[in-house]
Amino acid sequence: MITVNDLVANYDFTKLSAETLNRTIENAYSCDLLSWVMAKGKHNTAWITVQTHNNILAVAALLDFACVIIPEGIKVDTEIIEKANEQEIILLSTPLDAYHIFKILYEAGIE
Amino acid sequence: MDKYFKDERDVAMRLKYQILRDDFTRAGEASSKIKKVLKQLAIDATVIRRAAIATYEAEINLVIHSEGGTLEVYIKPDCIEIYVEDDGPGIADIELAMTKGFSTASVAVREMGFGAGMGLPNMEKVSDNFVIESEVGVGTNIKMTVRYI
Ligand SMILES: Nc1ncnc2c1ncn2[C@@H]1O[C@H](COP(=O)(O)OP(=O)(O)OP(=O)(O)O)[C@@H](O)[C@H]1O
Ligand SMILES: [Mg+2]
Repeated sequence: MITVNDLVANYDFTKLSAETLNRTIENAYSCDLLSWVMAKGKHNTAWITVQTHNNILAVAALLDFACVIIPEGIKVDTEIIEKANEQEIILLSTPLDAYHIFKILYEAGIE
Repeated sequence: MDKYFKDERDVAMRLKYQILRDDFTRAGEASSKIKKVLKQLAIDATVIRRAAIATYEAEINLVIHSEGGTLEVYIKPDCIEIYVEDDGPGIADIELAMTKGFSTASVAVREMGFGAGMGLPNMEKVSDNFVIESEVGVGTNIKMTVRYI
């Protein structure tokens, strides 16, 4: 069982939003087409996307994702971070690309 | 397919939201509010999830493709009914619009991650009953029913 906290504590991920990172990650998914994500996303998903507009927050909230991971050092507007804080959605930033994020998640026990 | 009509019987709670065309900053807000209400009512998580997908895709379509419209939810003893009505432009070929991958979304909208052509198929998939009617120059009406079991 791995939590978002474990990711931030042990690997190259930075918390952008949310007070607590006590969310279990059960699976991972990467896609930038929001309707695909709506169809495929699951409860407690760690979702990797390069989209950084506020609709990713709606998707994450509606599907009850564990966290949203913005890869490759892509910048996120403070406005979006504030909104994520309001909605208690965990946004993480990382310099890693999707492949390396998946590798870490796999090694951490998510299959 | 059934005809679109609003079934006013046994409505325990009604929610109604006005959705504006091109309002990307607020797109998804109505769906999030609906989800919160359903959660407070302790409705089954799978039902909430299906209703969330249905309302979200409908809301986004109103923002992207329509002149604006309304998203209404009737919470009933045995199901949730979602009514989506807009003021045009209408859909010329509903069968084509319902096809996975078909989209008329602009490049700008696609860059935001919309326009996969999966919204209407997703809506139909999560609904126990799905009704869509449209008239070009008038508007589109959609009714989706999500049953509790
Ligand atoms: N309310 C509407 N009014 C007019 N046309 C619509 C409406 N909803 C959908 N359409 C048409 O049907 C097409 C398919 O809709 P659908 O939701 O499946 O895909 P999309 O919105 O283009 O992409 P996605 O939902 O995957 O982001 C749209 O591209 C649009 O041409
Ligand atoms: Mg759509």
